[in-house]
Amino acid sequence: MSVEQLLPLVLLLPLIGGFVNGVFGNKLPKTVIGSIATLLVAASFFLALSIFFQLDKAVEVKLFTIISLEGLNLDAKLLADNLSIWMTLIITGIGSLIHLFSMGYMSHDPGYRKFFTYLNLFIFSMLILVLGSNYFMLFFGWEGVGICSYLLIGFHYSDAQKGFLNGIAARKAFIMNRVGDLGLLIGLFLLLKQFGTLEYSEIAAIATADDFVNPTWMLFGITMCLFIGATGKSAQIPLFTWLPDAMAGPTPVSALIHAATMVTAGIFLTVRSNYLFELAPDTKTVMLYIGLATSLVAAFIALRQNDIKKVLAYSTVSQLGLLFVALGLGAYTAAMFHVTTHAFFKALLFLGSGSVIHAMSDEQDIRKMGGLKKYIPTTHWTFLIGTLAITGFPLLSGFYSKDEILGYAFAESIPLYLVLMFSVLLTAIYMFRMYFLVFHGEFRGSEEQKHHLHESPANMTVPLIILAVLSVFGGVLNLPGLFLHDQAHYMTHLFEHNVAGMDLIHMEHLPSSTILVLMAVAVISCLAVLLVSYQVYVKKRSLPKEDAQLTGWEKVSANKLYIDEIYNALFVRPVEWLSEKGYRFFEVAILNGIVFGIAKGFETTGEVVKKWQSGQVNWYVLWMISGIVGLIIYYLVKI
Amino acid sequence: MVLATMLESGVSLEFYIILSTILFTIGVLGVLIRRNAIIILMCVELMLNAVNLLMAAFSTYHGTGDAQVFVFFIMVVAAAEATVGLSILVLLYRNRKTVDVGMFNKLKG
Repeated sequence: MSVEQLLPLVLLLPLIGGFVNGVFGNKLPKTVIGSIATLLVAASFFLALSIFFQLDKAVEVKLFTIISLEGLNLDAKLLADNLSIWMTLIITGIGSLIHLFSMGYMSHDPGYRKFFTYLNLFIFSMLILVLGSNYFMLFFGWEGVGICSYLLIGFHYSDAQKGFLNGIAARKAFIMNRVGDLGLLIGLFLLLKQFGTLEYSEIAAIATADDFVNPTWMLFGITMCLFIGATGKSAQIPLFTWLPDAMAGPTPVSALIHAATMVTAGIFLTVRSNYLFELAPDTKTVMLYIGLATSLVAAFIALRQNDIKKVLAYSTVSQLGLLFVALGLGAYTAAMFHVTTHAFFKALLFLGSGSVIHAMSDEQDIRKMGGLKKYIPTTHWTFLIGTLAITGFPLLSGFYSKDEILGYAFAESIPLYLVLMFSVLLTAIYMFRMYFLVFHGEFRGSEEQKHHLHESPANMTVPLIILAVLSVFGGVLNLPGLFLHDQAHYMTHLFEHNVAGMDLIHMEHLPSSTILVLMAVAVISCLAVLLVSYQVYVKKRSLPKEDAQLTGWEKVSANKLYIDEIYNALFVRPVEWLSEKGYRFFEVAILNGIVFGIAKGFETTGEVVKKWQSGQVNWYVLWMISGIVGLIIYYLVKI
Repeated sequence: MVLATMLESGVSLEFYIILSTILFTIGVLGVLIRRNAIIILMCVELMLNAVNLLMAAFSTYHGTGDAQVFVFFIMVVAAAEATVGLSILVLLYRNRKTVDVGMFNKLKG
């Protein structure tokens, strides 16, 4: 089939899955529900794969017109080019693995059907986001993933102990995302004002034309607004605190939404609009420093977190910061490369942590784990691969993608490179700390938990193994030119047409010796951290301190830099104060008076008038006849 | 054409008008005063027929047949109305075991 026919199918299959499970799911057995959801997403993946191989130029498919006004046409139109299909492959590929994993992980959950419905709807929204051919479709998908994320974070809202907190976490994620969404929306209005269209291709044509006069401030405003939208979805300072809280959702959700796909929406938006960002260098600078700060802050907080999922969450925030540094440097393909490898190993780590939590009977505190290596060997090995990949261990996927970004930073300025390298080092420190605490040493949980320890079923370990393989070999997608000259930079060439005509890659301009030195530095620092962590956590059996004993920076890190408290004092409490005062002095005093007064007026009138209605037919007839007589007299007198 | 002969026989239009007025007033008063629902229905019929009589009289007076055709329609509608009214009455009777309209006060507000 041609691309035009396949493209709507890719989009529709997950929606069909969500519809079938949502509407008829209560009559179906659990295996059928899970299989429908998983197979449809997998089918979508294979269709996308076939599109990927036959795609030689960008293809647009118009579905229908949403709004048609004079001078403004909003079409539901799909766009297949290398960038959107690449994202589709990540979403549906990782998505189907996570669906498969969920079939095992959620097997005891009463909300099984609801879970798969939401998951499929999420995939559908995310596909709209990446496959749409204009910013309006992107916005539609953007909101769709927002609501699915909300529903899935608060999935266990009726849980006896943590239900309320889950609800709060979901609300926090939703509200924080709304702040970013508002930025995006304003950005879209500004785009409309400047370019008169929201189509990517039309805007690109205008913005890259030779006679285009750069309205500096306007473009700065547009790109800043788009960036604010991106900070919301991709969890950057100042809108990042929702992501760690979003870990309240079931673990596969954390893997799918809050690590591998949804949080990359901001990156995708920026890469899609790269020709605009290239025209607004100030925004790129802002993006660079925000990304850098986020990367450092999140890595710092992750150092002393004791919840296995929280560590991974902060590591995600930190990696996203790294991605924004890459975007700020204009290294769009490097960012896409890291998005891809990050999707592999972060999904792997989250699913691995899910497998650990499953084995530990829903325990998430790493202080209560330890020595799990011999109980859950498959999970252990895959988790180890994920850890090594994220820390940039030589020849694994993270090594290449991270090195590419570091190379760009080095080419830009050496202090920037050093700060970024420091952040990468912190990543290695907290990841190895977590790995050793969970899988080495003595088991520290209760006897009952020890008794229940078991390896997860095959439908959970198979996705882990596949993701582990991808995490190992993912680097092949964009090998640096140093090793292989013919096959190098596969992705860079893939995205040539998507990225505005900036020079392809800085790394090529660096001499080979410099690249080798940079790689050596990265390798040595990673190995050093590995050795030190091994000494501290395995040889010396050092354990995390109890909360009360923490002092100095450890306390600050464990308390997440007090950012939640600061936001509470700055935003939440003033709003609560305002609404409380408003309630007392405006609603009760004024609004209630007006509303109740009107109601009282009608009530009194009714009391009086209802006496006329005696229920006696004779009286009604009398009134009727009096009326007729009255009318007759009136006309007689008038004549 | 009985009516026509009566008019020709010297009974003038005024008598017909007065007769219908009296019949109509009796009907209205009956509806207002009587409490038996059947009597009320009969009084309604009386009012209708008072009007019919008046129309027929005027029709003959003007020498045109239109109003007499109208009278037939009114009779048909009145028959239908009486059927519906009586059916309602039967149901009301089954509910309340009485035909006294004073007892039918469910419409009270």
